[in-house]
Amino acid sequence: MGLKNKDLLGMKQLDKEEILEILDTAKTMKLVISSGNKKTSHLQGKSVVTLFYENSTRTRLSFELASKYMGSASANITTSGSSVNKGESLLDTARTIDMMGTDIIIMRHSQSGAPHFLAPYLNASIVNAGDGMNEHPTQALLDMLTMYERFDTFEGKEVAILGDIYHSRVVRSNIIGLTKLGAKVRVYGPKTMMPIGIEEMGAYVANSVEECCEGADAVMGLRVQLERMQSSLFPSVAEYSRFYGITKEALDLAKPDAFLMHPGPCNHGVEIPTDVYDCEKSVINEQVTNGVAVRMAVLYLLTARRNSL
Amino acid sequence: MRLIVKNCKVFKKDTDTIYVEDGKFADKFDESKADRVFDAKGATVLPGLIDMHVHLREPGYEYRETIATGTAAAARGGFTAVCPMPNTDPVCDNPAVVSGILKKAREAGKCRVYPIGAASKGLAGKELAEIGLMKEAGIVAVSDDGKPIANAGLMRKVLEYASDFDVPVLNHCEDYSIDMEGAMNEGIVSTSIGIKGIPTASEDIMIARDIIIAEYLGLPTHECHVSTKGGMRMIREAKARGVKVTCETCPHYFTLTDKECESFDSNFKMHPPLRTEEHRQAVIEAIADGTVDCIVTDHAPHHQDEKVIEFSLANNGIVGLESSFALSYTYLVKPGIISMERLMDLMCYNPSKLLGLGRGGMEVGDDADFAVFDLENEFVFDKEKMLTKGRNTPYHGWKLYGETMLTVMGGNITYEKLC
Repeated sequence: MGLKNKDLLGMKQLDKEEILEILDTAKTMKLVISSGNKKTSHLQGKSVVTLFYENSTRTRLSFELASKYMGSASANITTSGSSVNKGESLLDTARTIDMMGTDIIIMRHSQSGAPHFLAPYLNASIVNAGDGMNEHPTQALLDMLTMYERFDTFEGKEVAILGDIYHSRVVRSNIIGLTKLGAKVRVYGPKTMMPIGIEEMGAYVANSVEECCEGADAVMGLRVQLERMQSSLFPSVAEYSRFYGITKEALDLAKPDAFLMHPGPCNHGVEIPTDVYDCEKSVINEQVTNGVAVRMAVLYLLTARRNSL
Repeated sequence: MRLIVKNCKVFKKDTDTIYVEDGKFADKFDESKADRVFDAKGATVLPGLIDMHVHLREPGYEYRETIATGTAAAARGGFTAVCPMPNTDPVCDNPAVVSGILKKAREAGKCRVYPIGAASKGLAGKELAEIGLMKEAGIVAVSDDGKPIANAGLMRKVLEYASDFDVPVLNHCEDYSIDMEGAMNEGIVSTSIGIKGIPTASEDIMIARDIIIAEYLGLPTHECHVSTKGGMRMIREAKARGVKVTCETCPHYFTLTDKECESFDSNFKMHPPLRTEEHRQAVIEAIADGTVDCIVTDHAPHHQDEKVIEFSLANNGIVGLESSFALSYTYLVKPGIISMERLMDLMCYNPSKLLGLGRGGMEVGDDADFAVFDLENEFVFDKEKMLTKGRNTPYHGWKLYGETMLTVMGGNITYEKLC
């Protein structure tokens, strides 16, 4: 029981059994969330700190609620109200939090590998809540939980992911996680946002929105940052939504029981038209609930490992 | 000072003893007349090594390295001459800074220092620096190292103007406009770990451009730290056509690949970046077939505060002076890829020729610049023993051959391994 490593740095570091254990645990945690009494004692006597160097609504709030539902002492630090603003280095900040007896540090950072860099220096377990363009493991886990509730097995399932693949840590974690469980991932987006060698990670690069969606078991849209226009990655919102947006017609090419996902926040009318976002195939709101469940499972399993040492 | 090194093997000579008197290689004299007799215990004497691409950081960045610490590190690596790049503060773009560097180097007395001047004022890539006056003050080449000469028109003018003074031009070949703020080689690894990538095309474009300009003008150009297969191919072809292009590479490009970046350890971060195995093999091939003229270190000491941080935010570069020979010997000569003669071309004779230093002689009357290396026994490379201020080496703990036992520059012992 519990995870093999001290930290949850990415899907790269998890094996198939660990992923399934997290998903199964999360299913149980979901019952806690839906019950009238959202209180367990799994993290009683533990402390959890969220350290976010980037903006976040869903991830940070769901981690905070997850730790509170399970009875931990929790605190959060944002870069604007801390010594980070005085120029304190990442390592000094993290060590400071560590030395206050923190059990789990949940960190989001704009630099790929920032949690990997810190991990060896800390007694606390570090949970990667998104590092640059590298990974966002708990997002992939909540996406997989959403699929897991609908699939009998991941084996042979086809997951289509569309949008800004290059900058997306969500895509990387999903490709790694889904591939480990035997699913297949197809990706599509502008070539300017398609990283070289993504096929080597196990993804199939489609040639159109339609090809990407056709026969898929699940379709996921990704947020495209409008600032990318300034770096000549795409010319305009109109052109992006016309050629790369997930239209109803494209979604209809997927399997009849396929569903639409999005990690949020969504640019309505850019990557997904608003009527599609709200359509009956959309499970985007349920993903949010699953986010809390998965984070409860992760915090619980990391704590179980710490307790067993 | 009279020095004898005995019980040694001597490069290309049928003798087991070296005699030094008044700073020069001398004829045999009696041991009783020597001030110092060094028993090499069978180790090998090679001509003093020359590194034509280092960063000594002084003036301006003394917290990273000083001329004194950098040249002490050079001596520990078996080097008797180094050429520091001009990206100091103030920039080495005028004769006053050149003179200052030379003065500090003389005071340190650890290694000959041949400064490289800036090609453009302030390394800004806009106007020519005072190449003629700097040559009078002692520079042996010009370069805007770290900052490629991005403007083709300026590159042409630098090649033309520098040739009036027989000053070689060394260009850092990367086209930053295609780099997209990358921090490592673009490829499968950068995609997998989500680090923005620097394409090999960035380097290839600049090498192609330099070759085209050099060929058009009929003037020489030297391409710094080449790391790509395409770059090596173009240089090989250009040389065969008679273009006056020369190039250098570094030990990290033939010993490491971008796979190492998966650790997010910034000791694997430099410009140009570590490439894939295919490119590493191409660099080795180019070293073996004569395409590469020199092995340099691009010795780039940084403070820990600039390196022990997030990968993409960390400074570029690694130290190299104290590992260069051992890596080159262990990975090129020992496996039989090149001969010791070829290695001495790469690490002594070619840089000397290219920059007109007149170094590398080991005949009686020549300046006594040499080093003694233990080629037989394996040693463990230890970053804590380094004399450079920098601790940014990726080679800590590596088992290598070719540890420096003794370095002599101008007849003076500049490094001796303490047992």
